[in-house]
Amino acid sequence: MKIVVPVKRVVDYNIKPRVKADNSGVDTQGVKMSMNPFDEIAVEEAVRLREKGAASEVVVVTIGVTEAQPVLRTAMAMGADRAILVQTDAELEPLAVAKLLKVIIDRENPGLVVMGKQAIDDDMNATGQILAARLNWPQGTFASSVTVEDGRITVVREADGGLETVRLALPAVVTTDLRLNEPRYATMPNIMKAKKKPLETIAAETLGVDIAPRLETVKVVEPPVRQAGIKVTGVAELVGKLRDEAKVI
Amino acid sequence: MGVTRDGEQGPNFAPGMILRARQTILTEGVRGSISQRVMKQFDLRQGVDPQTYGLGIKEVWEIPAEKHKPGFVQHSFGWPMDDGTYGGAWLYHFGENLVSYGFVTGLDYSNTWLSPFQEMQRLKAHPEFAKHLEGGRRLIYGARALSEGGFQALPRLSFPGGVLAGDSAGFLNMPKIKGTHTAMKSGMLAGEAIAETLGQEGSSEATSYTERFKSSWLFKELFEARNIRPAFARWGNRLGALYAGIDSVIFRGRAPWTLHFSHTDHEALKPAEKSKPIAYPKPDGALTFDLTSSVFLSGTNHEEDQPIHLKLRDPSKWLPVNWALFRSPESRYCPAGVYEALEEDNTMRLQINAQNCVHCKTCDIKDPTQNIDWCVPEGAGGPNYPVGM
Amino acid sequence: MTTLVLIEAEGASIKKASLSAVAAARTFGSVDVLLVGPQGAQEAAKIDGITRVLHAETTPQLAESIAALIADRASEYDHIVSAATAYGKNVLPRVAGLLDVQPITEVIEIIDADTFVRPIYAGSALSTVRSRDALKVLTVRNANFDAAKLGDATAPIETVSTAVEVPDAAYVGIELTHSDRPELESARVVISGGRGLKDAANFKLLEPVADKLDAAIGASRAAVDAGFAPNEMQVGQTGKIVAPELYIAVGLSGAIQHLAGMKDSRVIVAINMDPEAPIFSVADYGLVGDLFEVLPQLKAELGA
Repeated sequence: MKIVVPVKRVVDYNIKPRVKADNSGVDTQGVKMSMNPFDEIAVEEAVRLREKGAASEVVVVTIGVTEAQPVLRTAMAMGADRAILVQTDAELEPLAVAKLLKVIIDRENPGLVVMGKQAIDDDMNATGQILAARLNWPQGTFASSVTVEDGRITVVREADGGLETVRLALPAVVTTDLRLNEPRYATMPNIMKAKKKPLETIAAETLGVDIAPRLETVKVVEPPVRQAGIKVTGVAELVGKLRDEAKVI
Repeated sequence: MGVTRDGEQGPNFAPGMILRARQTILTEGVRGSISQRVMKQFDLRQGVDPQTYGLGIKEVWEIPAEKHKPGFVQHSFGWPMDDGTYGGAWLYHFGENLVSYGFVTGLDYSNTWLSPFQEMQRLKAHPEFAKHLEGGRRLIYGARALSEGGFQALPRLSFPGGVLAGDSAGFLNMPKIKGTHTAMKSGMLAGEAIAETLGQEGSSEATSYTERFKSSWLFKELFEARNIRPAFARWGNRLGALYAGIDSVIFRGRAPWTLHFSHTDHEALKPAEKSKPIAYPKPDGALTFDLTSSVFLSGTNHEEDQPIHLKLRDPSKWLPVNWALFRSPESRYCPAGVYEALEEDNTMRLQINAQNCVHCKTCDIKDPTQNIDWCVPEGAGGPNYPVGM
Repeated sequence: MTTLVLIEAEGASIKKASLSAVAAARTFGSVDVLLVGPQGAQEAAKIDGITRVLHAETTPQLAESIAALIADRASEYDHIVSAATAYGKNVLPRVAGLLDVQPITEVIEIIDADTFVRPIYAGSALSTVRSRDALKVLTVRNANFDAAKLGDATAPIETVSTAVEVPDAAYVGIELTHSDRPELESARVVISGGRGLKDAANFKLLEPVADKLDAAIGASRAAVDAGFAPNEMQVGQTGKIVAPELYIAVGLSGAIQHLAGMKDSRVIVAINMDPEAPIFSVADYGLVGDLFEVLPQLKAELGA
């Protein structure tokens, strides 16, 4: 079985993003970029499935600018076998990403797609579900554990208030949550090996997909700064305020 | 990688790698861990002045467009430092409405109560600085030690199997506070020397690096600047500045003498009772800020589950020396709030918040008994500064 | 304009998050609600201001089936909404995928029928987006919308199902988390301690208060570093990010790293000896005092 892992290059999670002065978006100029942390978990899970013998090949795909190649190399240093860059300078929304991914997946014909549940830049949490819908495949979102057996995949999901288990026929789309695994480090020998692994570049416009944005960004602002409230004189007053004024207890 | 806080091998443990090379160019920046070791092992500092350092603390601001004058440069020295403490500031307008403001404190300061961070903050209240920054917002904060020793403090540059380049050797031109061009030149010279060595049978040391350096413009530049910093160390800021003017204008850096550094930075610190306490103003939250909100803007982070990378060689020394004599200078010189002296059960103890560390190396330099060992933390930890800022 | 709101029941009652989603949807016009599962339709009928209840009694609780069901009826609506719960976030983007719509998730403010505000970069920025899709598919954050009330009115209940063939998936079951204490990220109330608690033994002083409020317990990084609490309790930029209804910070200075992890809480209470502690600058209610006196009093005061 082949596993396709879509990954995204995002502003590194340690960076505090800065809203541009003209409120057109977040400044990414000169900012450290890394693989979306949820996607690292997806790469790790796919590599583990291959190491367990449940899969034979792990293919990573990213859609974006040429500078996204290092993210693919990192994924290959973690153990992915080869990589595809769908090259475009356009800013894409999850719907467009899913449509482009569908073309690649139709071509690669994998038994499983594993991807991060959301990217930490737009926080949409939608691409996996949209992709599953467009492929007409079952979906196991927010996975905290996966097991492949007899042509089906059992996914334990982080649901509201507990862990939900679903069994899906393959092929399927799985999106990863934080507790699924702890991604391995890319070691120096593996980083060197990854440089020799195949990386194919496809121009997005050759795939015949409508990627025009559906959303128009009106403005991006920093959240309002929280203001100091009042000082209370004692516990009785505090509890009174929480009960009658804030109504939280 | 993947060693836990207790020093055990965690589930993601990956062993370190030994990289072998015929020649290694050490370019670790100021106070590099390997460079320090190499200098000691091969006795590379024999016969040269002790290296002296400065702590540079920097902020990047975004200011209103109407105030922005691209290319504007302002340098200052003196206030808020006293005459005996070397320090100065820069303020540059650059990029899109951006301002780089930085402050360097000579780490040969003697007053244990001094806080480089607070000095840096309070200079912003000076009208000549405040007028640029008012109405702007602070974007980035960072700190790094610089090597200020210059020419007299350069070690032997080559050793069997490798060379020191850039700030590993200490090629900063201090009067100009510029080291990028000098580091690049030293790297080029090192490369040429190594290429020659690798082509020679049986040769293990790129000795021609030193000769190449001596016949380059790099030598001339550092030589001519050599007396400026020690003059300040010797005569204070006013007379030092006067001397600097004479040395560079009249002698054009070619005075027939060379001033020397007499002691290391950590030896310069005076005990608390011989130091005059300094009352720093409170941050106003507009121009001046507290330490924690500053460190936040460095984007620094370290994986939690790893051994603490700042080690006391002898933990028992802290209480009788650092606390009893000096009242915990590390809690003031550290620009990242790593060190805190806490009272617990009527005694004092040192809290090390290693996760805050911005890798400036000041503690490794300034600890009065050289008891703090700045070890390299797990890969990828540390500050995250945007490129070009 | 009619909106379809996918709601969730817990037993026979309707989840509060769903009631908030209904309230948000009412700003667009009339509202139909869709409930999947055997129970809760009678209760759903009582939601104030809705036109009818669509009850998919027999549809399995699977995104594949629910999304197909919604997509089937989507032509009747111009907005499809749910709460941004794990349930809604699983289903609605799939609906959008089936209908060739770009969904808008985690909406915190509705500007008009096409324009919405949502947080990006983990809340570090707020993005206002206008949708060009004819149909809007949204999930909304319940904390930002008041809940619709349950009244006396009874909306008609209509049983629905779909004959669309869906991909092969089976619901195996759910294991509800049984914990005496709610999880940090999902708790309605969080009480966090800092280094002001002085040691690990004192950290336990938070427990009786937490019990009274059914609160999760958190810690500042300083408290974790000092060994008072395990790392998984850390709230902050490098720990867990929480946004409960009520956040009580005890003996905690409020370093900015910590504030980054809790500043989106609805109500913040700070209890600290130091009146200058930065935590007071974000607290709605500040109490300057000795926590060792305040905590027992607080427990007593909450006792009733």
